[in-house]
Amino acid sequence: MNVYLDLLLTFARVGVCTFGGGYAMLPILQREVVEKKGWATDAELTDYYAIGQCTPGVIAVNTATFIGHKYKGILGGIVATLGMVFPSLVIISVIAAFLQNFADNVYVVHAFNGIRACVCVLIFNAVMKLRKSTVIDMPTAVIFLVVFLLSAIWDLSPAILVLVCGVIGLALKLMQERRGQKGGDET
Amino acid sequence: MLYLRLFYEFFKAGLFAVGGGLATVPFLTDMGASTGWFTNAELANMIAISESTPGPMGVNMATYVGFEVGGVLGAIVATLGLVCPSIIIIIIIAAFLEKFRSSKYVEYVFYGLRPASTGLIAAACWGVVTISLLTVLSTEGAVVTFSLNWQLVLLAAVIYACTHLERLKKLHPIIWIALSAVAGIVFQM
Repeated sequence: MNVYLDLLLTFARVGVCTFGGGYAMLPILQREVVEKKGWATDAELTDYYAIGQCTPGVIAVNTATFIGHKYKGILGGIVATLGMVFPSLVIISVIAAFLQNFADNVYVVHAFNGIRACVCVLIFNAVMKLRKSTVIDMPTAVIFLVVFLLSAIWDLSPAILVLVCGVIGLALKLMQERRGQKGGDET
Repeated sequence: MLYLRLFYEFFKAGLFAVGGGLATVPFLTDMGASTGWFTNAELANMIAISESTPGPMGVNMATYVGFEVGGVLGAIVATLGLVCPSIIIIIIIAAFLEKFRSSKYVEYVFYGLRPASTGLIAAACWGVVTISLLTVLSTEGAVVTFSLNWQLVLLAAVIYACTHLERLKKLHPIIWIALSAVAGIVFQM
């Protein structure tokens, strides 16, 4: 199959299967993009989410552009994004045209309560999977825990947290390196 | 030019809203007030529908507002306006990253960034849990009283167990989503 068509269809599938915001997209991305296609790794997904959270725009779109760009350059980024928004365009247009009371429908409400419970579990599973490749030692475990608490309880801005942790990562690694060099000199 | 205005308004939202779908809501409120395209009550309905349909919320809202203002073409124009800044900014960052990918300093920054990103996603997961499984009864200062929605907690527990069974692990996530929707309707959750 044409690579761009493949990108378009894959991301259209991701779009259809996403219920909620960019985070709800994560389990679907892991399945479609990481496991099935191999276009990105779990660690790269966390990179894209980190950057997507401190740059403007919808996280889902930012992530799609990133993956498309990595696979097939600028055109790839555009095609992946268009693929992801396509289902929304169709579904929302139909609902807006014919089903104004869609959100009040009692069956829709029950269905979505169920879906939300399911999405919780799927995101939780996704986080547990990501953790394996991102929380690799003591310092990263501390960063994970502190960021989780700061964000969950105090609702601190993700952009600030991401930037600070990037600097901390750099500092920690440079210190490790210096210590390693010193050790090397002594022997 | 209505379509030009639509594109411009959503381009602005896409350019300045940092942090995902819900971050676009304040921009939409302003947009409604300054253009008269929709009232706050209509916006609330659009947000509810965007939350209860497939697709990322931010994109759904742009499509909905665009459709209400200018039909199918309006929906397309608004959505393209919203995603344009993302595409431009991310492609620049991605190209930059690719160039410096082999730099050990970039690798060092990501060493700290990755667990932070995972922590943020975990926090977002907690946010979804509080919205969907708990019903907040009252908030007095730091004291929050809530009740668990037992039916939904049970459903979540069953799905968690199923997704960890060796034989069912490989099933596509959408199957669990579909089954939960059915369970929600059947048991009137």
